[in-house]
Amino acid sequence: MTSITAPDLTGPATAARPRIGREWTLALPLAAFFAVFFVTPLLLLVAVSLYADAEMTRFGLDQYIRFFGDTFNLAVLGSTLLLGVKVTALTLLFGYPLAWLYTRSGPRMQSALILVIILPLLTSVVVRTFAWIVILGRDGIVNNLLLSLGLAEAPLRLLYTEGGLVAALVQVQMPLMVLPLITTLSRLDPNLLDASAALGAGPWRGFLKVTLPLSLPGIVAGCLLTYAAAVTAFITQSLVGGGQMLFMPQYIYQQTITLHNWPFAAAISIVFMVSVLGVVMLFNLLGRASKGYVHA
Amino acid sequence: MVALHSARSHLQSSPQAAAEATAKPAGVAVTLDGITHRFGASTAVDNVTLEIKAGELVALLGPSGCGKTTLLRILAGFQAQTLGRVVIGDRVVDSLPPAGRGVGIVFQNYALFPHMTVAQNVAYGLEARGAARDAVRARVEAMLGLVKLDAMRDRFPKQLSGGQQQRVALARALAIQPSILLLDEPFAALDKNLRLDMQIEIKQLQRRFGITTIMVTHDQEEALSMADRIAVLSRGRLEQFGTPEDVYDRPGTLFVNGFVGSANQLRGRVVRASGSVAEVALEAGTVLSAVIPDAALAAGDPAILCVRPENLRLATEAAPQQIAGTVDLALPLGPVVVYEVRTADGGQVKVTEPRVAGAALRTPGTPVRLQPVSPQTCRAFAVPAGA
Repeated sequence: MTSITAPDLTGPATAARPRIGREWTLALPLAAFFAVFFVTPLLLLVAVSLYADAEMTRFGLDQYIRFFGDTFNLAVLGSTLLLGVKVTALTLLFGYPLAWLYTRSGPRMQSALILVIILPLLTSVVVRTFAWIVILGRDGIVNNLLLSLGLAEAPLRLLYTEGGLVAALVQVQMPLMVLPLITTLSRLDPNLLDASAALGAGPWRGFLKVTLPLSLPGIVAGCLLTYAAAVTAFITQSLVGGGQMLFMPQYIYQQTITLHNWPFAAAISIVFMVSVLGVVMLFNLLGRASKGYVHA
Repeated sequence: MVALHSARSHLQSSPQAAAEATAKPAGVAVTLDGITHRFGASTAVDNVTLEIKAGELVALLGPSGCGKTTLLRILAGFQAQTLGRVVIGDRVVDSLPPAGRGVGIVFQNYALFPHMTVAQNVAYGLEARGAARDAVRARVEAMLGLVKLDAMRDRFPKQLSGGQQQRVALARALAIQPSILLLDEPFAALDKNLRLDMQIEIKQLQRRFGITTIMVTHDQEEALSMADRIAVLSRGRLEQFGTPEDVYDRPGTLFVNGFVGSANQLRGRVVRASGSVAEVALEAGTVLSAVIPDAALAAGDPAILCVRPENLRLATEAAPQQIAGTVDLALPLGPVVVYEVRTADGGQVKVTEPRVAGAALRTPGTPVRLQPVSPQTCRAFAVPAGA
């Protein structure tokens, strides 16, 4: 599942488009690459999903009928999409103050903060996820701390729970939320808040009426990236979630590798992709609606 | 909080709000008392004291980095001064946030809320102060009428021209009935023709409202034409505070003499000083009488004598107190001709003379005699350290 289209992070849409000459030919190599390694496999995926049986002998919509006919499948899809919503909401809640702090800090503090924000991107997801296993495990840091402080009688079950998974995903995806937010918030004219204050608005009113609406494009971009990354985070979902919870990426993996049911795996891949695209397009619509007036 | 409450009660007396938008509330006096502001080791504002009368339009004039914008931000409450007091009306406002000071501010880039319409921008301050909806609507209409933007009420700022944006910023600032209006380089972003129109418009509004107005500018013409009094600042210090005539005709310091208008600076030495008048022997070979504003010059001191080009005339007959030289260059500028005259010691002096249509210019090399129109137009200052 790498089929999420890149969201538009560049902000202001270029108003005047220069006349197009022959420069477009420069994009040909990339276009060819995409055609061979992205579009073709995608079409193949669609084709495979249209086989009626696991042995791939006849065509039919049987796989889709099977998927939507079983509430178990719908529950897996639903819990995956919901997981994305939870992770995105929490990442926004923690990421926004961090981005705000960054834009209000001096240059030295900014360098320190940006290092902290970017650092997770510089380590492998596997490493980051294993770190969370160390933190959340029965004999992990959190449990040891709770036990030694006497706050818990016995080790709590943190690993292989949805709460643990959400916490891990929030940390792992944080840069994807914070970086677009920083970009948008840094562009805000500081005079706007001064003007708001001089006109008699308190800090909360200024935030709700000025800062928040004007940072909507960054919020939309950050949510888009975080959501897409969270629902498709196969490694973190598998390692921190364990076998207790099933999300779409592992479900597809099981069907392909363990059960060799390629047509069904392909069908649920397509369903998943379309569902995620639907959510992403919803975000994009919000973003476009906010962008119209934001970039004066 | 007094101003806030009175503003609110005023707003809620809704039907009169529109009519009162054009009424004349009394402005308040503003005192900056020994204001000093330091950023780390550097001093941006150095012990500035200004007493501004109610209803006055005062320009803070100076080159960039002179501390005028810092002073404005301190007055508005965006920055806390290191030392000194700010008094608005009869209240010391040092501990009050911007909202409690009753100031309306127009920023250099106008700082209009880009996601709000013109009407929403103007209504922002009224809504923040909890005015009733009808009162807000009436007041917004009145303010937009005042700045002639009724037709633009539903436009967004980016759909407006620079002059229109400035009008919106002005309407937004005046809507909350501030007791002081602060303008930060208000005309810098406008082109030259529009600038004059807006200057006239703002001056008229200011007169009509009788609102105490403090304007930051680096443009001396703007300050001279608009302000009742000008505070000239340099490197954080107040150089002179006076009427435009004072500042232009009777500059108190060498900096003011050079920064406001143009001046010939002639080096020399004081030969006699009594009271506020001195005789200065110039290196150009003449002794001229001059006013000494700070009276700190004594006989024998080196001095710089300033005289404006328009206060010199080209004499036809020899007389005392004349500087001899030869014409170096003639620049006809329409109404006047500027002559660059080379003196005996190799210095250069500018002199302007009204240009008569058809009259021939003095050609380079012509010997001329320069004479100040009166000793009062010559001012001698001590030579600053390092000059």
